[in-house]
Amino acid sequence: MRAPGVYFQEGNIACAEGAMAAGLGLFAGYPITPASEIMHHLARALPKTGGRFIQMEDEIASMAAITGASWTGLKSMTATSGPGFSLMTENLGFAYMTETPCVIVNVQRAGPSTGQATKPGTGDVMQARFGSHGDYEMIALSPNSVQEMFDFTVKSFNFAEKYRTPVVLLADAGIGHIREKFTIPEKIDLVERKRPLTDDKEFFHSDAEDHVPPMPAFGDGRELLVTGSTHRGNGTRDTAGYETQDRLVRRLKAKIDDNRNDIIEWEEDEVDDAELVVVSYGSMSRPARGAVSKARQSGLKVGFFRPKVIWPSPEKRLRDIGTNSKILLAELSLRGYRMEVERCVGSENMHVYDRLNSLPTIDRIYRCIKEVMK
Amino acid sequence: MITGKELREKYIRNQPTAFCPGCGDGMVLNSMSRAVESLGILRKDIVAVSGIGCAAWVVSPYWRVDTLHTTHGRAIPHAIGVKVGNKDLNVVVVSGDGDCVGIGGNHLIHACRNNIDLTVIMINNGLYAMTGGQVAPTTEYGERTITTPYGNPSHGMDVTKIVKAAGASHVSRWTTYHMRELTKEVKYALRKKGLSFIEVLTQCPTRTGKKDRLSGLDMLQWYKENTSKTPEEGKITVGRFVDIDRPELADEIYGQITASGGTPR
Repeated sequence: MRAPGVYFQEGNIACAEGAMAAGLGLFAGYPITPASEIMHHLARALPKTGGRFIQMEDEIASMAAITGASWTGLKSMTATSGPGFSLMTENLGFAYMTETPCVIVNVQRAGPSTGQATKPGTGDVMQARFGSHGDYEMIALSPNSVQEMFDFTVKSFNFAEKYRTPVVLLADAGIGHIREKFTIPEKIDLVERKRPLTDDKEFFHSDAEDHVPPMPAFGDGRELLVTGSTHRGNGTRDTAGYETQDRLVRRLKAKIDDNRNDIIEWEEDEVDDAELVVVSYGSMSRPARGAVSKARQSGLKVGFFRPKVIWPSPEKRLRDIGTNSKILLAELSLRGYRMEVERCVGSENMHVYDRLNSLPTIDRIYRCIKEVMK
Repeated sequence: MITGKELREKYIRNQPTAFCPGCGDGMVLNSMSRAVESLGILRKDIVAVSGIGCAAWVVSPYWRVDTLHTTHGRAIPHAIGVKVGNKDLNVVVVSGDGDCVGIGGNHLIHACRNNIDLTVIMINNGLYAMTGGQVAPTTEYGERTITTPYGNPSHGMDVTKIVKAAGASHVSRWTTYHMRELTKEVKYALRKKGLSFIEVLTQCPTRTGKKDRLSGLDMLQWYKENTSKTPEEGKITVGRFVDIDRPELADEIYGQITASGGTPR
């Protein structure tokens, strides 16, 4: 683990450093391009901090292992790319249902299927939100720099602990592999999971305002029942009852929904007077930001909007922007965030610059801006 | 000496259980509880992990210890996370044959290879019982099940041979007829460092029994007559097949943490 200071490194290394700074207790993973550097770095560095590193037989097992470890009181994480994330979605649903804090890093590559392993893409945005079965909500963050790979990894752990839920760090190969300067700050704010009081009996229901129950650990002597089946507040299964299902599934959703204002985060620039706002995220947001600056310099009224937390989406702000300006979504996929942005701003108002395989030049996006503004 | 009633009060919750009349799952639960009681292990130091199926219910909700009731076939990798997370815990996996070696077969093989300190009890009734009696990887060639109405065109496998080849420290097979031996074996497994695998052949009066018109008791009788503690033509061998010592995964990981200058969190 690096000391506070300024470093020149690739995004995946910054992610691994961020995890250790957040207090990572166990990493379990399976090799995959373009995410492997995270596990390479942790294999060497994590044991020195007292954390456990295991390479598992596949991504199904990796997701399972971090879930099991979280119940021993450790902060846990895995890292993968699209094909591995597909395998993880089964146990991601289990972690969600059992309210198990953990972090899943998806350094997205060009899909579908094996696609192009070394090339960036953002085709997993919907999968991060909807990939597992049943009704659920997910928190997913979208970094666009090496610094944000560090910062957002810490933030992912904080959300996971605070809301007792799995969190997805949705990076892409562009950000995972770019090398640039980043700072490990002297002071990092960390959130730790709510622990139960001696008399607490309910670890799967909460009437608190944030809807988050306290989380005990295995070995505490509480005879815990942790199950992915529908369960009551004390953990006992209710395989058929209406009320238990309704109360549990709605509360889990409310945990994210009702705390949305604490979770969502975006950056925007020169949106107020803009006739067109470019919406972009991940590595694509960098040339997109450049194109917006260029357009402004040439006198066009163009603004920039970037969700940092991609799920839950900054729905209300997008809607407001869409009322006053045209929207140009620039993304590294055909269906990444498109449906969500379209849902917020309406299809008449929405234009898309989509690209596959690699980042475009600033000029390409700039030309598209001019075209849309004609 | 604890009485049967005391044992039940101490180790089993939610009585009566949902197991069918004549089911062997409760017998395995009895055996596990007796083993823990006689070793004097505290219930708070045990974590029981299970997947999906009738066997998964043996520990969740019935065993009064910390339980993690996971997805189908994934009990073992969840259990690895628990054991590596806190190696002071005794981690027990109870899994059916479909769960353990069908959908979860790859995890089982690798857990044996890693020689992680788990006690894996595979309750083998030779088919998928909870979902309606479909053919399993353990169903014998030619057997009729609801998905092999013309006879099983495939072959059942001997899981003890697989886990032996994969590197488990301790491998054995018993049946629900052999309750005393089974209890001793669970005791041994809980103390044994590394992966312990116990296959328990268990009657399913609801699925197999209905088809073959056999009661739970008939099937116990069958186990009595068709098993042998020494290899014998036409009989199923029971007993302890492997008992070796190899480095264990959690110990190795903690050792590397200490050797690299860290202190396990």
